Amino acid sequence: MTAEAHGHHEEHHSSTGLDNRKLGMWAFLGSETMFFGSLILVMLINKHNTLGGPGQEVLDLVLTSFTTFVLLTSSLAMVLSLAAFRNGSLLWGRIWLGMVMLMGLIFLGGQVYEFTEFVTHKHLTPSTNLFGASFYTLVGFHGAHVAIGVLWLGTVLAYTWRGRFQPGMDMWGIELVGLYWHFVDLVWVAIFTLIYLI
Amino acid sequence: MATVTATAPDTRTFAGTAWSWITTVDHKRIAVLYLVTSLAFFMLGGLEALLMRLQLATPEADVVSAERFTELFTMHGTTMVFLALMPLSAAFFNLLVPLMIGARDVAFPRLNALSYWIYLFGGIFMNISFVAGGAPNAGWFGYAPLTDTAFEATHAIDFWAFGLQILGVSSILASINFIVTIINMRAPGMTLNRMPMFVWMSMITAFLIIFAFPAITIGLVLLIFDRYIETSFFIPEGGGDPVLWQHLFWVFGHPEVYILILPAMGIVSEILPTYSRKPLFGYAVVAYSGAAIALVGFGVWTHHMFTVGLGPIADTAFAISTMAIAVPTGVKIFNWIATLYGGSISFKSPMLFAVGMVAMFIIGGLSGVMLGSPPIDSQVQDTYFVVAHLHYVLFGGTVFGLFAGIYHWFPKFTGRFMHDGWGKVHWLLMLIGFNLTFLPQHMLGIDGMPRRVHTYAADMGFDLWNMMSTVGSLMIGLSFLIFIINALRSIRHGEPSGGDPWDGGTLEWTIPSPPPVYNFAEIPVVDGRYPAWDIKRGGGHTGAVATAPEAGAEADEPDIHMPNPSYWPIVMAAGMVLAACGLIFHQAFILLGAMLFVISLVGWIEEPAG
Repeated sequence: MTAEAHGHHEEHHSSTGLDNRKLGMWAFLGSETMFFGSLILVMLINKHNTLGGPGQEVLDLVLTSFTTFVLLTSSLAMVLSLAAFRNGSLLWGRIWLGMVMLMGLIFLGGQVYEFTEFVTHKHLTPSTNLFGASFYTLVGFHGAHVAIGVLWLGTVLAYTWRGRFQPGMDMWGIELVGLYWHFVDLVWVAIFTLIYLI
Repeated sequence: MATVTATAPDTRTFAGTAWSWITTVDHKRIAVLYLVTSLAFFMLGGLEALLMRLQLATPEADVVSAERFTELFTMHGTTMVFLALMPLSAAFFNLLVPLMIGARDVAFPRLNALSYWIYLFGGIFMNISFVAGGAPNAGWFGYAPLTDTAFEATHAIDFWAFGLQILGVSSILASINFIVTIINMRAPGMTLNRMPMFVWMSMITAFLIIFAFPAITIGLVLLIFDRYIETSFFIPEGGGDPVLWQHLFWVFGHPEVYILILPAMGIVSEILPTYSRKPLFGYAVVAYSGAAIALVGFGVWTHHMFTVGLGPIADTAFAISTMAIAVPTGVKIFNWIATLYGGSISFKSPMLFAVGMVAMFIIGGLSGVMLGSPPIDSQVQDTYFVVAHLHYVLFGGTVFGLFAGIYHWFPKFTGRFMHDGWGKVHWLLMLIGFNLTFLPQHMLGIDGMPRRVHTYAADMGFDLWNMMSTVGSLMIGLSFLIFIINALRSIRHGEPSGGDPWDGGTLEWTIPSPPPVYNFAEIPVVDGRYPAWDIKRGGGHTGAVATAPEAGAEADEPDIHMPNPSYWPIVMAAGMVLAACGLIFHQAFILLGAMLFVISLVGWIEEPAG
């Protein structure tokens, strides 16, 4: 098609003014609330279902508080990254994006350590009792979301060297991963409060 | 891959035609794919039903074994719900939503193709089980602990669980697509309150899907863990609770009922005004009652569990919400009747099916209110009364509504009419056959014949009703054959219909049939609820003249940029289903599937979408 057809902006018009991809992301995240809602409910039902085996007391509040703090801080880095890209600073955009990834990896590392510790020293496996099964399912499901987020962030970061997200370009690619990342963060606030704290 | 012409396959050869369908991202062609596939699965599910009816025609018959019967009712339910009726509705979403809101395609054309291919492969995957060691056999609701390895050690349940997960992905992706399309891609002037009622119902259905499916997804994840890594979420010996499965299933399962009926209600809300030559009576009330049904539909699920023993408080609360949902449903029915009132009605075959839908749905709705009362439910739970009720809703309601839609929009798909006389024969035969099949099942249920049992004794008084029911089901089968022959013949030899055969009021009737690939040469400006009527008769909501889109009659094609065809959707869908195969057959498939998925993901991102 001709350049004129591309320049013609009729097709990018949307009824709400929101980008299609962003609206689609919101719909997806709406669906995700029900995924995590169901999992959290299953966890709450089985919180004290230990069959006399290891239960909530195995949770390491100190370590998890630290990784929680790191994950929450990563949302700030995400915001700073988007702001930097918008202001045309590729360098700072990349640095903050890398920071988000690093913090996501620290969180995941904490989780891997936690899981290994529980299995080897606390003798809690998914088949020990339903506390364990529900815990590994919920926290593992969330961890998988964080891992996908880190991979996604890495892809976005790589694309900054391939001509995307340059000053003056549209930033929806970063906004999308940002929305996802904040959502995964928010879910962790609920999990941490309901499972670890109370 | 820069332009349409560069990648357009040569459709003069068979391979070129096949390739053009495999790589299509055009919502109209995807609609055709959905339509054909869902009708094939509808036939399969129907054959399963006929086998069951033959087995039940006479007492202590031996047409199929008890084991086979269990597989048949499980796969009949699963097939009809997930592989026939939902995708048939999706065919209408695909064809109609962009046309009705004045858009050139859906928001995410490649995602749309992906949804279709996942559905096709997922359906095939689930049905492979018949030849791979046994089909799913725990009912379409898969109650725990029947699904536990202790009771079903073969892969039957795994086929079912993975199959439903795959189909769930397809449904959620498609729904996100249609939500964004409807909210974001309406033509100028098409406010929410001017959208055709079918679009309203599509949007509500899509919201229901994205919020209801996660519950069953999680239920299935836990079930798969129970079967594969020895957890005991639903196994009492390990502290688990089978009732939790029922909750997770029905939190999804009841909204699913509305997912199945709302699109048919939307279709009927388009057809009744067209053939009565009157606008829909009480437009806003019909739209909002649809939303109310969806909302309350999330709060009625334990009426499927009245006999579980949740206690009088829970039973009472859910009985009240269940009966409350009859109110917005009744509101719709009265509005449809009021639409007919005083109209100049023409009884073409689509209209007959639409009126049949309203009438049959009323019967199903009434037996639904009866079942909403816990004392009555306790008496007829798990009997044929429930079977009769659900078929009056899903066959009398959904199937009649969807067939009305096929007859009504067939000319828009193909540019030709279906034969009206044979359409009426189909309607009459199906109406009589349907009632002959399911009306006696009310009596069977009240007499105490349990469902899901492969036979019955001769002295129970069940013989006559069962024989009637079987004869009726054969009539339904015959009517479907008539429909198929009529449709196949009409594609080539039907009477040419032109762009607007029914004097329709919505935007799809302002463009030629079949629609050009870009739908609208010029995006229309909408000024009322029935823009096509406004164009034909003058005057809109504000009195301003709505703009008629050019009928695409220009000799040279307008220069409109459409999305490029893509083969990544089918590759990605294949990768997902191969990975599921790996969890059943051999781990190598998981690796292969994952590789295909990653490759297609990269290809997808790198491909210029156009």
